[in-house]
Amino acid sequence: MAKKLDKVDVVTVGVGWMGGIVAAELTKAGYKVVGLDKGKEKDIKDYLHTHDEVRYPVRGEGYEKLTNETYTVRNTLDEDARPIRDKSTAVIGEGIGGGGSHWGAQTHRYYPYDFEIRSKTIEKYGEDKIPENMTLQDWGITYDELEPYYDKFEKMGGISGEPDPNYPERSDDYPTPPLKKNRQMLLFEEAVKKMGYSPFVIPSGTLSEQYTNPDGETLNACQYCGFCGSNYCEYGAKADPVMTVIPTAQKTGNFELRTHARVVRVLHENGKASGVLYEDTRTGQEFEQPADLVVLTSYVFNNVRLLLLSEIGTPYNPEDGTGVIGKNFTDHHGVTSSHGLFDNEKFNNYISTGAYGMAITDYTGDLLDHHDLDFLHGGQIEARITGNAPVANNIVPEGTPQWGKEFKEKSLFYANRFLMIFSQKATLPYQDHYLDLDPTYTDANGDPLIRITWDYSDNDRAIHEFIQEKHVEILEEMGATHILPYPMPEHFTGGLAFQHNSGGAIMGDDLETSAVNSYLQTWDIDNLFVCGASAFPHFSCTNPTTTAAALTYRATEGMIEFLKNGGQLVEAKSQKSQV
Amino acid sequence: MTENKDANEKKVSGNQEEVDLSKRQFIKTAGMTTGGIVGGILLGSFISKPFKTEKYEPASGDNHHHGSGTHNTFTEAMQFFTRSEDLLTLAAATEIIFPEDENGPGAIALGAPYYIDKQLASPWGKNTDDYRKRPFLEGESPLNRGDTMLTGLRKLNEVSQSKHKDIFDNLEEEVQIEILQSFEAGEIEMNLVSSAGFFTLLRQLTLEGCYADPLYGGNKDMEGWKMREFPGAYMSYVDTVEANEFVKKEPMSLSDHM
Repeated sequence: MAKKLDKVDVVTVGVGWMGGIVAAELTKAGYKVVGLDKGKEKDIKDYLHTHDEVRYPVRGEGYEKLTNETYTVRNTLDEDARPIRDKSTAVIGEGIGGGGSHWGAQTHRYYPYDFEIRSKTIEKYGEDKIPENMTLQDWGITYDELEPYYDKFEKMGGISGEPDPNYPERSDDYPTPPLKKNRQMLLFEEAVKKMGYSPFVIPSGTLSEQYTNPDGETLNACQYCGFCGSNYCEYGAKADPVMTVIPTAQKTGNFELRTHARVVRVLHENGKASGVLYEDTRTGQEFEQPADLVVLTSYVFNNVRLLLLSEIGTPYNPEDGTGVIGKNFTDHHGVTSSHGLFDNEKFNNYISTGAYGMAITDYTGDLLDHHDLDFLHGGQIEARITGNAPVANNIVPEGTPQWGKEFKEKSLFYANRFLMIFSQKATLPYQDHYLDLDPTYTDANGDPLIRITWDYSDNDRAIHEFIQEKHVEILEEMGATHILPYPMPEHFTGGLAFQHNSGGAIMGDDLETSAVNSYLQTWDIDNLFVCGASAFPHFSCTNPTTTAAALTYRATEGMIEFLKNGGQLVEAKSQKSQV
Repeated sequence: MTENKDANEKKVSGNQEEVDLSKRQFIKTAGMTTGGIVGGILLGSFISKPFKTEKYEPASGDNHHHGSGTHNTFTEAMQFFTRSEDLLTLAAATEIIFPEDENGPGAIALGAPYYIDKQLASPWGKNTDDYRKRPFLEGESPLNRGDTMLTGLRKLNEVSQSKHKDIFDNLEEEVQIEILQSFEAGEIEMNLVSSAGFFTLLRQLTLEGCYADPLYGGNKDMEGWKMREFPGAYMSYVDTVEANEFVKKEPMSLSDHM
């Protein structure tokens, strides 16, 4: 029997970036917030001895254990899904801070085209340009409407960067200057400028200098230590909820953080959420936490799974495209990458940060004319200095075996002579790519796992072909002696190299084609909000956190408005206007 | 590492295996200390351990064995493996994957076999943080990592015996390479796990044993890092990041931060 607790104003399910932002903004506004996180507590004292390749990136110390639950994956509707079993291949942040504690902290904004992708594509190319089974949708918000919230996130996180010359002027500069350029970045910059591109230093949540944010939280200067993307930052130099929004919420006295608290259901009746049911993962004791406002702020998989398990909204049906919960799932894997080896250079490859390098955006969004191309959107091109942690980085010329005498010799020689060109591509939604509940596999309590049905699309492969040619041209211009353009894998296996999944509870302006409005408020239950990349109708080229966080900052204004006046914050379109 | 073979050493069969192997180790070690051609002094330190010819060590004095190096080797004993022959097979396979050469030590001298033993004995070796619920579908292995390694190592010897009439460790290097290639290609029939799956784990663990922070028992004296000029667990490179030339740094391990 669940123990019923006293009612609070707001309960968040998960305390990572989204939960932390909600907690900070709502507690500052005077509301009592309880944050539930199924993982453990942590603070900077836990971060001091993390320069350990095996423990962190290889074994995934910062990732959620799969002992009790995971997700399952299949490529097509007629396959049996299989569970992802190996913890190190399911990169889902563990404990408070979530993925925001160990992220690489690459912080691009999305492009104006993204938010109105369907309208703008039809306007320029006609409706026939969109493949029939591509469920491309506008987001129900424009870039200009979201811009102030990008700015707010960047100022909270102290983001270091310089403007991307290809995209609209920012309302303000990045709060801190870009990271220092190293030899590899200078080589890339020189080459791509010669080729007519406009490179810029990748914006980053590892800070170029010490910075105090508007909430009074201080972050320190990045030391370029090379243990970043799967590690916690011992200097407190990475924008991390544990260093920023969580302490901000705690300082108000209005925030109660409960760890080891795994939410199993959203409780609701007659179109109103009454709270959540959760269990203490150590004792199994169940608790009911009533609240005026329930906010799902966990990872994409868990946000969508809780909606489905709690029977909120209409589950998506991939056969006819009706329903919304689970719709437009996209994933960022199948990245296009190419290594360049430089026989006559020797780089300080051991020096890096989580998102260290320079980028060009000339092939993103609709900056390139797509009339004669067999894809929509595109990919960003980055020169990335990823570090050369020695277990994972053994780059050898084509034709070299992956072990043995020659492998050893070559992998040692090239350990400080490689550079990666890297493209994350926009992944666009399809009718048969979605999330639902698995019919076979369950968690430790017997509740079904979330199931992914997804694979690389023709659009992904076409962008890959297109963009990798550019990689090769750039590496040639840079003087690489060997160029290794890696092919895309045949199929998505479900293993994650990074925490980039999206969709399943998507935003929009039509309740028949989206789950939440532009304030991330569900159409079905006024006092339930679903925050995070689960709201993305498609995945743009770059990392999801910045846009998810900007949407969540905007959503917190809606939450405050709702707590004052109630009701739906946006009037829904009443008929199908899209798709 | 497989040079010092003579007819006597190769008489390995049935329940005489342990005894003959012990003899063989003794011969190898002796050969090494008298300037034999076994690959390097640290190799001697390794191979003398799992097959001690004298059962009892003196209580006082040097705990190192014949010809051992300068390391404290109290941690070089078996946590996971129960049969020393499995560790011997593992050692031979790791050395093929990451051999000693003019650049420096190979997997054995770096301590990779003992690193692997410890990893397999850890919760990770038993997949305790992984999702283990049945059913395991086609292409999935129900074995945990420890059992995968045991199954694969014994298969290595089985294939060696059936095709070449000797244990894996005794075979010529070229033959060992061929056998490992057939495992890597998934050509060897195995029960409950593919030979390719085993090989992937073996290769991964070998590289880890050569390159992990020495706190785990491999990468002895950070020699793995030194070969590739990787500085290890430095806390800051802010003064070096803009350098135009390569800057070589003496490596540092996590123990330096304690």
